[in-house]
Amino acid sequence: MTEAALAPAARQATPFELDQKRIARRYAAERRFRAYGLAAIALTAVFIAVVIVDIVGKGLPAFWQHSLTIDIPVSAEAVDPSGTRDPAKMATEGDFAVPIREALSAVFPGNTSRAQRRLLTGIVSTGAGEELRERVMADPRLVGTTVRMSVLLSDDSDLYFKGQETESSTIAGATALTVSGTAGEVKLSAAAASAFAPALAAAGLPATGAVALDSSKPSVLVAVNGGIVKLATVDGSAATGTTLLPLKSDGAVKAGDWRTVIFMTPEANRRIGDQQAAWLDALKTSGQVERHFAWRLFTAGDSREPELAGIRGAIIGSALTLLVTLALCLPLGVAAAVYLEEFAPKNRLTEIVEVNINNLAAVPSIVFGLLGLAMFLNFFGLPRSAPLVGGLVLALLVLPTIIIASRAALKAVPPSIKEAALGVGASHQQAVFHHVLPVAMPGIMTGTIIGMAHALGETAPLLMIGMVAFIVDIPSGLTQAATVLPVQIYLWSDLPEQAFQAKTAAAIMVLLVFLFIMNGLAIVLRRRFERRW
Amino acid sequence: MVAGYLLLTAALVVVAMVAGSKRAAGLMTAGGPRLHSLPSYHGFQASIAVFVVMLAVLVVGVTVERQVTTAATLSAFDTGVAADPLRRGAALRDAASLADGSFRGEPSPELRAAAAALSTARSATGWLMIALGLAGGAAALLLSLRTVSSDYRARNRVERFVKVILMAAAGVAVLTTIGIVFSVVFETYRFFFDPSLKGRPSVSEFLFGTQWSPQTALRADQGQTGGAFGIVPLVAGTLLITTIAMLVAGPVGLFAAIYMSEYATPRFRAFAKPILEILAGIPTVVLGFFAALTVAPFLRGFGESLGLSVASESALAAGLVMGMMIIPFVSSLSDDVINAVPQSLRDGSYALGATQSETIKKVVLPAALPGIVSAFMLAISRAVGETMIVVMAAGLAANLTFNPLEAVTTFTVQIKTILVGDQEFDSAKTLAAFALGFVLFFFTLTLNVIALRIVQKYREQYD
Repeated sequence: MTEAALAPAARQATPFELDQKRIARRYAAERRFRAYGLAAIALTAVFIAVVIVDIVGKGLPAFWQHSLTIDIPVSAEAVDPSGTRDPAKMATEGDFAVPIREALSAVFPGNTSRAQRRLLTGIVSTGAGEELRERVMADPRLVGTTVRMSVLLSDDSDLYFKGQETESSTIAGATALTVSGTAGEVKLSAAAASAFAPALAAAGLPATGAVALDSSKPSVLVAVNGGIVKLATVDGSAATGTTLLPLKSDGAVKAGDWRTVIFMTPEANRRIGDQQAAWLDALKTSGQVERHFAWRLFTAGDSREPELAGIRGAIIGSALTLLVTLALCLPLGVAAAVYLEEFAPKNRLTEIVEVNINNLAAVPSIVFGLLGLAMFLNFFGLPRSAPLVGGLVLALLVLPTIIIASRAALKAVPPSIKEAALGVGASHQQAVFHHVLPVAMPGIMTGTIIGMAHALGETAPLLMIGMVAFIVDIPSGLTQAATVLPVQIYLWSDLPEQAFQAKTAAAIMVLLVFLFIMNGLAIVLRRRFERRW
Repeated sequence: MVAGYLLLTAALVVVAMVAGSKRAAGLMTAGGPRLHSLPSYHGFQASIAVFVVMLAVLVVGVTVERQVTTAATLSAFDTGVAADPLRRGAALRDAASLADGSFRGEPSPELRAAAAALSTARSATGWLMIALGLAGGAAALLLSLRTVSSDYRARNRVERFVKVILMAAAGVAVLTTIGIVFSVVFETYRFFFDPSLKGRPSVSEFLFGTQWSPQTALRADQGQTGGAFGIVPLVAGTLLITTIAMLVAGPVGLFAAIYMSEYATPRFRAFAKPILEILAGIPTVVLGFFAALTVAPFLRGFGESLGLSVASESALAAGLVMGMMIIPFVSSLSDDVINAVPQSLRDGSYALGATQSETIKKVVLPAALPGIVSAFMLAISRAVGETMIVVMAAGLAANLTFNPLEAVTTFTVQIKTILVGDQEFDSAKTLAAFALGFVLFFFTLTLNVIALRIVQKYREQYD
């Protein structure tokens, strides 16, 4: 008992210390809470940055395109079978794909089999014949001559040059090499056993023993004597292969005068095979391939071929649609806002209209598409896919936004302005239309521009009224079939061709630029004309 | 023809404006009687009279023209064509395109005759319409010029007309709602109760069926009825994606709003608010592209590295991106309600020694709770009705599952899938889309109405 009494009692924390601890805990909680808030905003910022970087990264390559400059013999028998030199007749009877094929065959002779010729014509766009047709239509004297012109490469060739088909690496030959044969099956024998080892290592293949290379493995090509040999087997210092481009000579080659090229993606997984890659590289080496800005993206309508497809049709369609929307919802929205804010009696009916407008602003946009389909297309029989109907639907969609923004702008005008006008004898309408409305106009315009930006990005309701059709022609009227920019983006994003992915991202970039311009305009307008009373 | 008529109308309206005001101004002589209305109101009065008359002639004229030209065109074909709706439509289209010069191919003599008849009928009715319009407009102009006098109350008449126009504009919003309700309710009624419709389900099959496959129900030879139109998998899919979205947008949006309204300095606000506005301004088709081509493959790869099998159109990808989409929505609404909490409540809490976060958690948020709840409800309704992100990133197959790694489908995806492309209006499949639209519309409407009510009540509480 005495022991326990004498032992120093376990020291108790004083109330002051307890307080200190608790305060520290509470302050830590405070800091954590603040950090959560900051993290939430940071997360949003990071998300936007990731989205924009991702889309710009994907879309930027689509703003450049590769073309091939080539001499095309425009033979009369192909393009003008009737011999009349009449452009109208040539347009229907002439086969302008033939001269393109002949031009390519002239550059790479000896590809006589059907499959080889198809591969060869496959490196240029199927629209190349069309380009030639236009050129010849404009100047029929070209028939029978050789035209040097630049034609678009196919989307796959384009991707190959952009490095999106396969990773490739080049290794200079370190030892002397002997080549037997110049075309077809050839044998290569190197002076040292390890001659091909670096190439095989780069391709991720075992460098010892006999290695068979097939289309499921990376491709190893040897560029030697102005030709290209695709290796089929490698066994130490000896290798066999087939020529993709015939060699100029055979025999011994010094070290450093040959090199191996490795395509990492197996040929079976590529759209551009080794043969086409060899041709493309040869064309590039001879300076015939040119990289240029893809003007076509802005000058062409839609197409099934990625290299030919453009967004001009969609931009014009969007412009026409927005024109209808603006023409409808600006007067309607302002009139409705003026009525509700200035003239409407405070009664049940007005209240219903107000609640209705607020609810309409929150109705899912796809429901407006159902309205357009059931009412405008089926009931009133308006044309499908037309900017007129699209504009009508979007006008109804953004009308509540514009009414709400316009009412806010009208409400912000101090009552003294109206009262002064009334005081000097203006009628109620004169006071509103001559004095209140002009002052509220900047606010109304800001709201309208934001509503228009919303309409420009809207997709879902337009899908319902048939603006998803595949439309090649640039629309020129309000009742013609058209599509709009966001719908074009949706359509392209669904296509399997890899090149369309970049096109989609490029179209998104264009759409975002338009939206930034519109929103920027709204902000400028607000800054410029906003008045504090 | 119509464009010409409209130009003519515009010209006559301007003439009436000038003539009316000139005539009224002519009455203003020194020492003469004072005009009740300014001359411009007499002008307005005249042009309104001209415009209304000419517009009426146009509306009647266009309707009559359609009837007359159709009859004239069909008279060139044999009677069988007029009776068969398909051939009738094709014949009318061909004749119209031939008359416009856009016909491709070699027209038959019959078609040539029809196109000729169409052109004659068109120009005849067109000229008649213009003549009648001119006559009516001129008459209206003369009549209103005769009424111009010093004590004629032109301003009051014009203002009454303007007021009617303004009221009509406000009525458009109501008409839109009526149009929406009418179109979805009417087609939905046909979907359930039209006896001529093959394969229509009963209401309970629709609401409680666990199978959704509108494609199989279309095949007439199979005679499959019911069972294929059960919306339970769609409800589950929509719910799953909305839940994921709200799990993202709820906390992030709320914390962002709290920080913006309680902690942020004005400078930080000026920088952070545009970020949220930019996110709100990105079109959903862009976010859908991002979800489908970046987020979904990333989640798939990430899941595979953990040994999970993730569907390439997983609910998770669509839900996450949709959550990011509605963050600005949640945060701006919550920001408003938090700002509406009176400062006196905060001051009282600080006076008792609470820290700022304790004040927020224990005082501000409970006070703002009704508003925050309604903000969340509006956000849910936005997520349920969102289309493009799920169309691009979620699946088509109606799987009844709550696994976020699998593909699910939603109401909006099914509506879009059914209605895109050519559709006949008499199949159960097409009408099913309207039934889905009906459910979607009334679900979101209910959420909105309740949420707006709560906000209103709550505002009144602190006002």
